[in-house]
Amino acid sequence: MRNPFSLLNQSFLLSFPLFLAGLFALVTISGAFAQHGENDTELHQEVNHDSDSTHHQSSEHTKDPFDAGEMILHHISDAHEIHVIGDFAIYLPVILYTDMGFKVFSSSHFYHNEQHAKYLKDGVEKNAHYFVYDQYALYHEHIYYLDDSGALNIDYNTGETSNAVVFDLSITKSVAGILLTCALLIILFGSVAKSYKRRSGQAPKGIQSFMEPFILFIRDEVAIPSIGAHRADRFMPFLLTVFFFIWIANMLGLIPFIGGFNITGTLSVTLVLAAIVFVITTFSGNKHYWGHLLWPPGVPTPIKFILVPIEILGIFIKPVVLMIRLTANITAGHIIILAFVSLILIFGESSATAGYGVGFGATLFMIFMFFIELLVAFLQAYVFTLLAALYFGDATQEAHH
Amino acid sequence: MELLAVLLQAAADAGLAGIGAGLAAVGAGMGIGRIGASALESMARQPEATGDIRANMIVAAALVEGVALFAVIVCLLVVL
Repeated sequence: MRNPFSLLNQSFLLSFPLFLAGLFALVTISGAFAQHGENDTELHQEVNHDSDSTHHQSSEHTKDPFDAGEMILHHISDAHEIHVIGDFAIYLPVILYTDMGFKVFSSSHFYHNEQHAKYLKDGVEKNAHYFVYDQYALYHEHIYYLDDSGALNIDYNTGETSNAVVFDLSITKSVAGILLTCALLIILFGSVAKSYKRRSGQAPKGIQSFMEPFILFIRDEVAIPSIGAHRADRFMPFLLTVFFFIWIANMLGLIPFIGGFNITGTLSVTLVLAAIVFVITTFSGNKHYWGHLLWPPGVPTPIKFILVPIEILGIFIKPVVLMIRLTANITAGHIIILAFVSLILIFGESSATAGYGVGFGATLFMIFMFFIELLVAFLQAYVFTLLAALYFGDATQEAHH
Repeated sequence: MELLAVLLQAAADAGLAGIGAGLAAVGAGMGIGRIGASALESMARQPEATGDIRANMIVAAALVEGVALFAVIVCLLVVL
């Protein structure tokens, strides 16, 4: 007979995730309701935007119907602000390199000055939202110079602009995410290293004992089997860094309500990580590596002529595959979750009751997807690190026949 | 109904890209299904090697999934 207290513990453990799920559902569904509400009369909109400037201040444009594709793309891509909830956002600095030197200002100047233009998309007239400040315009998160008449020219038929692009060095959401990840890494591992130095020879305690299994896992299960015990230590710093960077960056992208970081889901970030793997592999390749690559032993000569070009292509393709695998996995996860959210919003537009009903089921699916994404976050970091270790091991292999 | 019209419009526009992404999902499902099946079978034959088999299964599944997501990215690029 099970102890009744164990049942109490189980339901208590369940209550916190259920509470979070309920809160998330409440906020999401009331968002659907609010979407419906913004279609209301002029009076309602006047009341909305009396004192502070809001995101939707102009009342002379008609509200577009909900466009799921655009919403998903907007949340996947980079932005110049971290949009937390409703009208509250963390405005990141915009840093532009113009002909007149560096210009730095807060992106709140952009986001509080919204303009509209009309353009055609698939035969339906839609509103193009863009933001203007000083001599610059922010349109789809790219910054353009305003032309001589102070306008952003949006072509009516394509929705694209022909203004000149400014050299944009801003701290965007992804850059802020990367800096946050680096700060977390430095704080975490700095304290672990300090504890090891202070308590050398003693049993690990505190944060040390939490990180030690992961560090030993990378060393004993990933680095040493792939590279070999006597050479693994050379590559351990890089492998540890890349593993924890990718893991923490993936996890940051899963936290709701902080603007939706998509750090490792952008090709630029993973390109850099893959490029570093490529550089390390190429520069630590010894004679056996290049020898086996360009003149594979134990292969009949006619096949060598086919195999060698493939191997040479492989030098470049393997890091590219690393890059795309990581980006695609993380982006796909985010798109699935956003698709469930937009399902709620699509149904919410037709009627509030439908929104609530779909919201209940969609939120359950979303919670399930979040758990899978937690697994994927760790798994993709592990696979990236493992493959990098395998490539390093290949490059530093000794003759063994 | 508007919702049906929206869904049909999306299907007509995406077209072949949607079919491509679906085929990629089929390929991934078949591949990872086979990996899982053979991993479970070998774990049943030799339970003490479960840890090794599980780790290798996960690596192989991630590699196969990477290839499938190639196709998904290409389909996404077609649509955008």
